Amino acid sequence: MPKDHGIGASSKRREDVRFLTGKGRYTDDINLRGQTHAVFVRSQVAHGKIRKIDTSDAEAMPGVIKVFTAADFDGKGGVPCGWQIHDRAGNPMLEPKHPILAEGKVRYVGDAVACVVAETLAEARDAAEAVVVDIEELPAVVDMKAAVKGGALVHDDLGSNLCYDWGFIEDNKAATDEAFKTAHHVTTLELVNNRLIPNAMEPRVAIGDYSQAGDDYTLYTTSQNPHVIRLLMGAFVLSIPEHKLRVVAPDVGGGFGSKIFHYIEEAFVTHASKVVNRPVKWTCSRSESFMTDAHGRDHVTKIELALDKDGHFQAIRTETYANMGAYLSTFAPSVPTYLHGTLMAGNYKTPHIYVNVKAVFTNTVPVDAYRGAGRPEATYQLERVIDKAAREMGIDPIEIRRRNFVGKDEFPYQTPVAVQYDTGNYQATMDKLVEIADIAGFERRRAESAKKGLLRGLGVNCYIEACGIAPSNLVGQLGARAGLYESATVRVNATGGLVVMTGSHSHGQGHETAFPQVISEMIGIPENMIEVVHGDTANTPMGMGTYGSRSLAVGGSAMVKATNKIIAKAKKIAAHLMEASEGDIELKDGKFSVAGTDKSVDWGAVCLAAYVPHNYPLESLEPGLEETAFYDPSNFTYPAGAYACEVEVDPETGKVTVCSFAAADDFGNIVNPMIVSGQVHGGLAQGIGQAMLEAAAYDGNGQLLSGSYMDYAMPRADDVPFYKVDHSCQTPCTHNPLGVKGCGEAGAIGSPPAVVNAVIDALQHGGHNVTHIDMPVSPSRVWSAING
Amino acid sequence: MYNFDFVKPTSLAEAVKAMAKEDAQALGGGQTLIPTLKQRLASPAVLVSLSGIAEMKGVCVGDDGALCIGGGTTHATVAKEAAGKFPALAALAAGIGDPAVRNRGTIGGSLANNDPSACYPSAVLATGATIITNTRKIAADDFFEGLFTTALEPGEIITEVRFPVPERGAYAKFQQPASRFALTGAFVAKYGSGVRVAITGASENGVFRWTAAEKALSANFSAGALDGLSVASDSLIGDLHGTPAYRANLVKVMTRRAVAAS
Ligand SMILES: Cc1cc2nc3c(=O)[nH]c(=O)nc-3n(C[C@H](O)[C@H](O)[C@H](O)COP(=O)(O)OP(=O)(O)OC[C@H]3O[C@@H](n4cnc5c(N)ncnc54)[C@H](O)[C@@H]3O)c2cc1C
Repeated sequence: MPKDHGIGASSKRREDVRFLTGKGRYTDDINLRGQTHAVFVRSQVAHGKIRKIDTSDAEAMPGVIKVFTAADFDGKGGVPCGWQIHDRAGNPMLEPKHPILAEGKVRYVGDAVACVVAETLAEARDAAEAVVVDIEELPAVVDMKAAVKGGALVHDDLGSNLCYDWGFIEDNKAATDEAFKTAHHVTTLELVNNRLIPNAMEPRVAIGDYSQAGDDYTLYTTSQNPHVIRLLMGAFVLSIPEHKLRVVAPDVGGGFGSKIFHYIEEAFVTHASKVVNRPVKWTCSRSESFMTDAHGRDHVTKIELALDKDGHFQAIRTETYANMGAYLSTFAPSVPTYLHGTLMAGNYKTPHIYVNVKAVFTNTVPVDAYRGAGRPEATYQLERVIDKAAREMGIDPIEIRRRNFVGKDEFPYQTPVAVQYDTGNYQATMDKLVEIADIAGFERRRAESAKKGLLRGLGVNCYIEACGIAPSNLVGQLGARAGLYESATVRVNATGGLVVMTGSHSHGQGHETAFPQVISEMIGIPENMIEVVHGDTANTPMGMGTYGSRSLAVGGSAMVKATNKIIAKAKKIAAHLMEASEGDIELKDGKFSVAGTDKSVDWGAVCLAAYVPHNYPLESLEPGLEETAFYDPSNFTYPAGAYACEVEVDPETGKVTVCSFAAADDFGNIVNPMIVSGQVHGGLAQGIGQAMLEAAAYDGNGQLLSGSYMDYAMPRADDVPFYKVDHSCQTPCTHNPLGVKGCGEAGAIGSPPAVVNAVIDALQHGGHNVTHIDMPVSPSRVWSAING
Repeated sequence: MYNFDFVKPTSLAEAVKAMAKEDAQALGGGQTLIPTLKQRLASPAVLVSLSGIAEMKGVCVGDDGALCIGGGTTHATVAKEAAGKFPALAALAAGIGDPAVRNRGTIGGSLANNDPSACYPSAVLATGATIITNTRKIAADDFFEGLFTTALEPGEIITEVRFPVPERGAYAKFQQPASRFALTGAFVAKYGSGVRVAITGASENGVFRWTAAEKALSANFSAGALDGLSVASDSLIGDLHGTPAYRANLVKVMTRRAVAAS
């Protein structure tokens, strides 16, 4: 019987009642008394010198309160970067200032030059059109390789467009090079990990609200991590002490990484609200979000794989150009480095690995973490080159992977790229995949497709990711400028219901459902006695927010720790009430009992005693039942899996149809299987979107060609098949109390190579000598490859 | 959006009068015009909604057997009501956009807009339909004048479109992956007098007749008749979604599929 509550139950997502009935309260739903509206004047050229900004006409227009330019932010900081990388020689990365409004130069189409604050949105828009910006256009750098070969400088003061040239691990380089010299076979692949635009359903919004009465500020914003925004903006940009700054991120309609970062608009509205002494609201239009939300991916890579005659991996060497865009977004430098290089071992035993990454400034929107962040880039190149090697050497793609897996008895496994995998069983996940994908029946399906004139292909790959981010002391050594623990306060009320105040933030993940399941299991009270509060720095403990599939593994662990403290204290109270010794108290199904007796007292009675302490050990125990815990993980978690995709290619048009997709994942223990399946489904859609449809494209002048849904293809329901997902292979994480690994990014990380591998399989089997097609594998690209 | 006045006449005569005002613009289903207004790329002084004019709506059969569709008829209505008489046209309408677009967007709006990737222009051109306005009748061959340009005069309203129904006909559309407009679409219509083929989505000059295919198909109406033919790619569109050579291929493949489906 499947469980109907607690850990392992598919409890229905309680937050969906509000989301599906239009009762969610998003930032744009907040309207404050006396609110004004901000509209940004944005650069229409990718690169240029600002000669003059004339705001006089705009300022004279109806309803205009003030037109801001960079001069209004004199003495304020730029938005900071949260991670510092050191290059191969040990020098710190080049780090430009990212001003709130452009100072002297514009550096991408969409760069904010000025901002109008007016009584109404329409008046602000009218006035924004009347701001005259005189820009001397400069040549733009868009192509990364050109940018490092002496193209125009994005930041003149830095003297170079190369942010850093990073080697990982530099000490591995010589041995890796040596292994290539003696290898039996070397497979080389050059590929592009296509640039993506996140497209959260809810565009970004920010409302600044300064109160003269208290000389304090509130920022309402669409954020995945309100405490991080408070810290970065307060300490580095506006010099507002944290006790004078409250950041609220209410319901947030999807983030996918793009709402982790501290954006200039947040700092703008916060500061401007003090200047105009009224609330200032900015709501991003969809067109604006295409050109201002941090983009994702955008790597150009050459990967080489050395093998012995039996297909055993000997060494991996990569060279990647990673686009940073025009400025360093909050976590941008960490994505192509520590979230990417550390995953290059994949699920395999490869003795020598060396990763080189060159991060490059270009006149494009800043690039930062996007669902998977670095790990999809690692997985894609590795799983594509393995597939290519298998085909070159005539080894079955599944077999070559099995030959190289880290064995289930070899954990903990230390990779050559710094991380240590705690648990896993890759053969078992592959066995499960072979079963659910009906690999045995593939040739029959291929023959059926052929009857319709279609080429069918099968693509398989594995993935591993490091999530549950992250041990603070470790990431500190790697350049993180923040800790990555998580926090929880568990507040029990007098009548036994409780509230968890978590530093994690839910923007679609279902925390309001899953977190109570854990506490329900621990205490034995119904889930509906437990409420989750998140998203407001005023009523949650300092936490680092949600990204990197970390909420349950890190935030959930903090909550378990706090709940354990609650239980320990409650046992003391129960012992007192039953005049027993604390060590004999057992908690089961919401009841405290004395071991070996029939004496018991209810959870509710203990809670009441804590707050109405008439019969209570006041001399040794404080009243009340509220505990806070911080949890800092000792390692990353390592979800892993094996994915299979079948496609049909229409050789006449090049159109690819994804016929089936199967995902066998090992997420360790599972709290809510339905939510986990949903997370995998969404991730797969995103990964299939990247593989088949999505591409942020710029022309040579830095104009965004895919600036709307007319040209940027998002996956729709009929672009994806009904998925087969399975998460019954479980090797629990060894170092967090729940044994969970995280499931939020897996689908997006693991699916792109399966799709492309399947397309290549279809074409090669159909007699076409095609070894690689860059994503998205659009009809025209496939047709061109066939007819190339 | 900029500010504008809004009128919603209930008769064609009133609409014509309203359109005489300076900077007046007709509003059909708004599926193209409203997004344009929202982006502040158009600034009409008066919007004249045609959606309240009953005489401009509906599907019927004329005395000459032609299928007559009111200029204000939505794609959804055409999909439903033309299905018996002219299934190829109904199928085309059913394949435009999504339900919301089909329930608002109109045939008159689509033709007046003449988007190079729109579907209807191919049906109108391939059937040699007649576009009827408040002032005159325009033959399909004279109506389409290139990208987003038509023979319509300022203020002129498409009140009706008359389609001679072909013996056999079909529309084959290859969707652009993002917009799902036609990356290339081919409409084939066979009459006793010969075959007409119109191609949309492919050319920098908008919808066009593929005369070589018409000749071949008039002689032998089968997919195989197209085998030796090819389209020059010089004036075909090259963009993010396909090169001119790719579109040239699609012209042929989609025409073949339209013939096979008709
Ligand atoms: C998401 C989406 C998907 C779409 N997909 C497709 C597709 O696959 N294929 C396709 O063909 N189209 C597609 N369209 C376009 C759709 O068919 C529109 O309905 C059409 O382009 C315009 O029709 P409308 O009635 O909405 O006109 P409006 O937007 O109201 O007007 C368009 C223009 O025509 C003028 N106009 C309107 N009616 C008349 C009239 N009776 N006489 C003279 N001028 C008039 C207006 O002044 C304006 O200049 C799509 C649109 C959207 C939003």
